[in-house]
Amino acid sequence: MAFYRSHVLVCVDPECLAKGAHDVVDALQDEFVAQGLIDEIQVLETSRIGSCSGGPEMMVYPEGIHYHGMSADDIPFLVEEHFLKGRIAERFREVVKPVVDAELGPLRPKEVRVVLRNCGQIDPNNIEDYLAIDGYQALGKALFEMTPKKVIEEVISSGLRGRGGAGFPAGRKWAITRQVNDTPKYMVCNADEGDPGAFMNRRVLEGDPHSVIEGMIIGAYAVGASYGYIYCRAEYPVAVETLNIAIKQAREFGFLGKNIFGTDFNFDLEVRVGAGAFVCGEETALMASIMGKRGEPLPRPPFPSVKGVWGKPSNNNNVETYSNIPQIITKGAAWYAGMGTERSKGTKTFAVGGNVVKPGLIEVPMGITLREIIFEVAGGIKDGRKFKAVQTGGPMGGCLTEEHLDLPLDYEALTQAGSMMGSGGLVVMDESSCMVDIARFFMDFTQAESCGKCTPCRVGTKRVLELLQKICNGQGEDGDIEVLEYLCHEISSNSLCGLGQGAPNPVLSTLKHFRREYEAHIYEKRCPSKVCRSLIRLNIQEPICTGCTVCARNCPVSAISGERRQAHHIDPATCIRCGICVQVCNFNAISVES
Amino acid sequence: MIAPPVENEVVAVVQAAIDKHGKKRDALIPILSEVNKKLGYIPGEAFRAIQQMLHNPAEQVRISEGQLYGLASFYDMLSTKPRGKHVIKFCENAPCHVVGGKAVWDALREKLNLNNGGTTLDSKWTLVTTSCIGLCSVGPVLLIDDDMYGNVTPEQISDILKHYE
Repeated sequence: MAFYRSHVLVCVDPECLAKGAHDVVDALQDEFVAQGLIDEIQVLETSRIGSCSGGPEMMVYPEGIHYHGMSADDIPFLVEEHFLKGRIAERFREVVKPVVDAELGPLRPKEVRVVLRNCGQIDPNNIEDYLAIDGYQALGKALFEMTPKKVIEEVISSGLRGRGGAGFPAGRKWAITRQVNDTPKYMVCNADEGDPGAFMNRRVLEGDPHSVIEGMIIGAYAVGASYGYIYCRAEYPVAVETLNIAIKQAREFGFLGKNIFGTDFNFDLEVRVGAGAFVCGEETALMASIMGKRGEPLPRPPFPSVKGVWGKPSNNNNVETYSNIPQIITKGAAWYAGMGTERSKGTKTFAVGGNVVKPGLIEVPMGITLREIIFEVAGGIKDGRKFKAVQTGGPMGGCLTEEHLDLPLDYEALTQAGSMMGSGGLVVMDESSCMVDIARFFMDFTQAESCGKCTPCRVGTKRVLELLQKICNGQGEDGDIEVLEYLCHEISSNSLCGLGQGAPNPVLSTLKHFRREYEAHIYEKRCPSKVCRSLIRLNIQEPICTGCTVCARNCPVSAISGERRQAHHIDPATCIRCGICVQVCNFNAISVES
Repeated sequence: MIAPPVENEVVAVVQAAIDKHGKKRDALIPILSEVNKKLGYIPGEAFRAIQQMLHNPAEQVRISEGQLYGLASFYDMLSTKPRGKHVIKFCENAPCHVVGGKAVWDALREKLNLNNGGTTLDSKWTLVTTSCIGLCSVGPVLLIDDDMYGNVTPEQISDILKHYE
């Protein structure tokens, strides 16, 4: 394949043609020949670039400069300025509105974008945008310059590990799927991003769908798969639509289908949409759902790599894992392995939420510390409060504290500390969060999402939730903590899938690091963070109260009494501790006491 | 009050869904989702119709009504009970919760006099909670049918609901 340093795309839509687009193309060719640039710069005719109203229009890559309104006579000037002198010819430059992206702002300090690099930069519904930034070049390289074995070796030596959270080395999984002597083989992409607060994969699917598709095709070539499924959750309708458009375009361009790139390699792909079940993010449940069954997990082994969809070898990776692949193939394993720690390489995307100054989507190199993520990338704790804990790994992860902040971001380091990498949810909590309440919140979620197939998870999570509710309601008794610990260990060691095995993590990790808070709830009937309603008391501070009556008028249970311009009083027996009075008081006269 | 769909209509909707997604076992979830979308829920006649149209032992496709009901009851987005004309889905997850979701939820429940899963007597509204829809940066978030509303405050609820009068 010839290499060009630059590509000039000229719009040849009827409207631009009428304005002389063909003359511009001819003039460009002539000028490049005259200047001796014809071997370095390629002129291409393309469909609509902009509105055509200011045509003729052209786009120069790799810079992505959009010119319009030039005639054939202007070409010598333009070629001299842009291609010889390297200056942008501002006279003809189309001022394009930048793509505004509320979720994904400009690059933050310490961020490295590999997976998110194209999000917000290219039009996801136009495959040509992806092609213009060297899209599908990795696929070409894999098919023509590499054997399947070499592709797998490259992925192994890049050190890429499963970004769904478990961290199994991607290349080794491919090697296992390849070795199984059974056909057909399937590629499966897990796009069932169910963790509350995690939306990294949605962003990639909506912003750069072809990187995932290209990663899957390369994987299919490596493991010998002929068909693939992307299992996307129904809560992401835009992602489903974007994927379907991308797959259709990839098929039209010959990247999917029979004889890809003219080789004897065949591969095609379809999107499967879920119907609302968190557990379908578990790989065996996901495959059951693809086959039209209830999404209930199966015992492993056999692993999907050996026996997956339709009982055939199926390679299952997450969206983020696949979207790393094209760049690993293009830039090489050494580039990727150059980032990160000894055992965890590359970058990881996170959705940072909770009490931080700058929440949102970030991508950081492995090995960065949690402190750097929270205080530098995410801007620190909001409102000058003090950091208390960070929950990593979603509802099956754990809470880490101040003492863990200098841990490097690494699969093993996080697991040893009692949490996990997970798919990338990161909830930061300040001192106003009650850890018992947080544990209850997560247990409420896992309890509701348990599929009910195996008893430890179905019954155990329910019992744990009841205990936590009891403690939060101020009815905790001596021995409850021990029962909690016993139950948690039983659930995690006897459940079939990751949901049950991980469900006790929020409880265990908060028990480990914040045992004092549990004890305060149980023995002192006190919520130190003043969150649990049954354990707090609202009090009007008489010297501050002006007697404006706002609180009394807003109290839903009429628990506040007092004369106008006189200090008011809350009746603790009637008060339901809803906190409305605290919010409406203009003088901060109402205090919350534990 | 919306009249329950007549059996012919149910059969026609099922037929269209099967024509679109194919007579395959792995098309069951897409077929059920389609019927659910068209009718608002999956009535008993639909299970019967799907079973009759797809069950084909000669082609190794074996399906029972019980299996279909098992699917519909497993997945949150499929309903076996009639729903209101408009379904309000409220995100109840942590990121929305911490930015004021609870107050919005209370306002919704109060305005419609409904609890989670309930339908108003005039069959106009159904109120349910949904799993995280990943729009956490604009929370609290709610969906009415397919329309998304972000950064919702309790005061906006009346105005939002008015769009559907």
